[in-house]
Amino acid sequence: MSLAVTSAPRRRNARLLPGFQLSLGFTVIYLSLIVLIPLTALILRPWELGVAGVWDVVTSPRVLAALKLSFGASAIAAAINAVMGLIVAWVLVRMQFPGRRLLDALIDLPFALPTAVAGIALTALYAPNGPIGLWLAEFGIRAAYSPLGVVIALTFVGFPFVVRAVQPVLEDLDSGLEEAAFTLGANSWQRTWMVVLPAIRPALITGVSLAFARAVGEYGSVIFIAGNLPLRTEIAPLLIVVRLEEYDYAGAAAVGLAMLSLSFLILLAVNGFQRLMATPGAGR
Amino acid sequence: MPLIIKNISKTYGQSQALHNLDLEVGDREFLALLGPSGSGKTTLLRILAGLISPTTGDVSFDGADLLSLSARERRAGMVFQHYALFRHMTVAANIGFGLRVRPRRDRPSAEEIKRRTDELLRLVQLEGYGARYPSQLSGGQRQRVAQARALAIEPRMLLLDEPFGALDAKVRRELRYWLRRLHDETGVTTIFVTHDQEEAMDLADRVAILNGGKIEQVGAPNDIYASPATPFVFDFLGAANEARGLVRDGELHVYDARFPLPGDGSGEVKAFFRPHEVEINPADGRGFMAEVVGVIARGPATRLECRRGDQVMEIDWARGRLPDGVTRGAQVRLAPERFTVFPAGT
Amino acid sequence: MSEKSIGRPSPILLGIGVAYVAILILLPMGMVFVEAFRRGPAEYLDIFAHSDTWSAIRLTLLVAAIAVPLNAVFGVAAAWAVTKFDFPGKGLLLTLIDLPFSVSPVISGLVWVLLFGASGWLAGPMASANVQILFAVPGLVLATLFITLPFVARELIPLMQEQGADEEEAAITLGAGGFRTFFMVTLPNIKWALLYGVLLCNARAMGEFGAVSVVSGHIRGQTNTLPLHVEILYNEYNFVGAFATATILAGLAIVTLVIKSGLEWRFADELSASRRH
Repeated sequence: MSLAVTSAPRRRNARLLPGFQLSLGFTVIYLSLIVLIPLTALILRPWELGVAGVWDVVTSPRVLAALKLSFGASAIAAAINAVMGLIVAWVLVRMQFPGRRLLDALIDLPFALPTAVAGIALTALYAPNGPIGLWLAEFGIRAAYSPLGVVIALTFVGFPFVVRAVQPVLEDLDSGLEEAAFTLGANSWQRTWMVVLPAIRPALITGVSLAFARAVGEYGSVIFIAGNLPLRTEIAPLLIVVRLEEYDYAGAAAVGLAMLSLSFLILLAVNGFQRLMATPGAGR
Repeated sequence: MPLIIKNISKTYGQSQALHNLDLEVGDREFLALLGPSGSGKTTLLRILAGLISPTTGDVSFDGADLLSLSARERRAGMVFQHYALFRHMTVAANIGFGLRVRPRRDRPSAEEIKRRTDELLRLVQLEGYGARYPSQLSGGQRQRVAQARALAIEPRMLLLDEPFGALDAKVRRELRYWLRRLHDETGVTTIFVTHDQEEAMDLADRVAILNGGKIEQVGAPNDIYASPATPFVFDFLGAANEARGLVRDGELHVYDARFPLPGDGSGEVKAFFRPHEVEINPADGRGFMAEVVGVIARGPATRLECRRGDQVMEIDWARGRLPDGVTRGAQVRLAPERFTVFPAGT
Repeated sequence: MSEKSIGRPSPILLGIGVAYVAILILLPMGMVFVEAFRRGPAEYLDIFAHSDTWSAIRLTLLVAAIAVPLNAVFGVAAAWAVTKFDFPGKGLLLTLIDLPFSVSPVISGLVWVLLFGASGWLAGPMASANVQILFAVPGLVLATLFITLPFVARELIPLMQEQGADEEEAAITLGAGGFRTFFMVTLPNIKWALLYGVLLCNARAMGEFGAVSVVSGHIRGQTNTLPLHVEILYNEYNFVGAFATATILAGLAIVTLVIKSGLEWRFADELSASRRH
C-alpha cells in the first residue's frame, strides 16, 4: 500500500480514451433531470395523504376496478400475442412467400402508428356500427365500449414486442438441432414442443413481458374504444388523468405509484420464474 | 538503452496482471514478449502505448518520462491484434490517418500525404490497393495495412500485439520473414507480443519470456534455448520430459542410470530433456529402463511413448528406422543426450 | 416426409399468421383512410384550410425539433460512456436509461405535473420567474423528452458494444484527439444506427399522445399537437376531421416504416445485431 502512496496517482480508468468524464457526467445529469427527479416526485408525492390516505385511495373500489381491468386485460392480450406472435415469427423466419418483406414491415406498425390514431381507427372498426362491430353484433358480441375492446386495443399495441423478441432467436436457432431430432424419429409436433420451444422460451418470455408492460401503461389506443365507464371499462392510466382533472395530484400520484409497484412486482416474479426455468447446463 | 521499464505493476481490482516488472529495450532492437495468454504481455504493451496506465512504476524513453505523455503524444506505432483498421476508410485513408490528424502546423500537405502513403503501400507490397476498403482485403493484406498505418506516423517505437494471431499458418510464416526484413529496412525499435515461441525465436533479436506477470528470462533466442533459466522457460520453448533426479559428484542420477553432468552443485533436482534428444538402446545398453507403451508413426519422425513407473515420456525418433526390438511392450533403455537441471522445488 | 419439410410450417400457419396481421394491423390502418375520405376528397382537404390544423402541425414539429436532437446527443454520450469505459454502477445506469419504456405515458406526463403543477416542488420558483411550464411548450417538450429518451441510446449501445474500442484506440495512438476520433472514426461507424434511432425517436415524439395529453391543457391553436388535435376533433364528433388529421400521422408512420425497412435492408451490418432481419 505504501507504494501507491509514493507514486503519483494516475488516471484510474482502464482505458485512456478521452471523453469519459464529459460523456458520463452529461449522461448522469441529463438522466437525473429528465427521469430520476421527476420519478422521485411520483414516489414521494402520494405520501402527502399519509399512509392510511394512500391505502384508502388505492383500495377504493374505483381504483381497484381500474387496476384489475388494466392488468387483467393486459395479461389476456399478452397471452393472445404469445401464441399469435410465435406463429407470425415462425412464418416470417421459416417460410418464403411473396409479400414476406411487407408482412415483416407491417409488424412494426403498432410501434410507429401514433396511439391516438390507432385508438380512433380501432373504435371505428369495432363500434356497433363499424364493419367488424356489425358482424360481431350478429353473434351478440359487443366489442367496443366493453372490456373486450380494451383487450383488442392492448393486443394491437403489444403484438410487435413478441414477434421482434422471438424472431432473431428463431433465426439463429441451429437447424441442426431439429434435423437431429428428425433423424431420431421425432415428428413435427414433438420437434416443435421438445426442441424449438425450449430454445426460444427465454426470448418469448421477454417479448411477452414487454408486451404486457406496454399494455398496462397504454392510454391513447384504449380510451376511445373502452367507453370509460367507472368500475367497468375505466383503465388505470385514465383514472390518473381523471384525478388530475380534479386537481387531486396526490391521489393521481398514488394511483401511478400503485401501477408502477405492481408492474415492478410482476417483473420481479417473471425474472424469478425465468431463473427457475433456466435448468443448469441448458446454456444461455 | 532508450526504453527503460522500471518496476511496473498493474492491478485490476483483485488480480495483478504485472508484478514489479523491469525491462530494457535497445535502439533499433526487435524484442519479442513471449508468454502464454494471461501472462501480462499485452498489458505491458498497452501500457507502453498509453492505452492503460500502470498502477505503479516508471517508463522512460530516450531519458524522458514516457508515462506523462498521453497516448496521442507518444508516437508509438501500434499494430492491434485484429488490426483495428478504420472500416469505413479506404486503405490509403487508413494509412494517411495519422498524418491527416496532426495539428495544422505539423500537417503535411495533401500531396505530401499522398506521396508518403504511396511509398508505404510500396513498402508493404500493396501498390494499387489504396482505393480498397479493409473488408475487401485478405487477412494478410489487412495485417500489412495496419503495419503501414503504424509506420506512417514515423513512430519512435513499433508495438505489435499478436500481429499474426488471426492468420493461418502458411501466411503467418511468410509474413514473419517479411516483417523481419521490414524491420531491418526501417530500423524502428520494435516490441512484438506473441504466444508462439517459434515465431519469437525466429524473429527477435532478444526474447523476454513472461509468466504470471513477471519476466522469467530475457536474452537472445539461442542463449535462452541453450540455457533456460527456469523450468517454465524450458517447458514453454518446446516439448519437454521431466524426471526427478539427484546430482552428486559431477553425475546426474536418474532412475537406475547415471549421466555425467559438468559443473558443481549437488542435491535433488528436476531434470528435463527434449523428446528429440534421446538415444534408444537395447535393454543391456546405456540409459535408464523404460517400457514402450505406444508407437505412432508421424511422417518424418516416430513418436514413442515410454513409461517408467507412473511417468510417461515422449520420445521423437527421427533417425530413420527404429532400432530392432523397439516395439510396443518392449523394455528399452533411454539415454537423453542432454539434460537441463533445476533444483527441486523450483 | 422429405428432408426439406423439417422446421417448415404448413401453409395453414401461414394463413393464420397473415390473416391475424391483416385483421389486427392492416384493417385499422385502412380504416383511417376510409373514414377520412368517407365524404369525399373535398371534405378531406377541408382540414388543411383550418388554422388549428396548421398550428398543431407547427407545434408537433417544434416539439420534435427540440426533443429529438437533445435525446440524440444524450444517446451518443450515454453510449460512449457505457461502451468505451468500465465504471461501477454501469448496470444500474443501463436500467435507468431503459426505464421510460416501462413507464406509462400518462405517468411520464404526470411526473411533470407533480413537479410544476399546483403545490409542486418547482411550482414556486417557476411562478416567481414567470416561466410557464405546464400547459405550454416547455411542458410538452419535457414530457416528450422523458418518453423518447431511450430510443437513440438503445440503438447505439449494442452496436458500439459489438464494435469495441479498438478503432478509437488505434486513432488515439496515431495522434488523433478526442473530437477528431469521435468525428472521423466513431461517428462514421455508427451513423446509420444513429439515424435509425433518431427515426424511431422522431416517430414517437411526433405521435406521442398520453404524456403530452396530461401536460398540454388542450388549448386549441396553442398547446395542441397533432395527436391531441385528433382527439379534440373526435370528441366533437367531427369524425371526418379527426380521421383526416389522423392520415397525416398515419402517413408519418408509413414513411417511418419505409425508411426503417430500407435502413435494415441496405445497412444491415452497420446496425446492431438485433436489427438485422
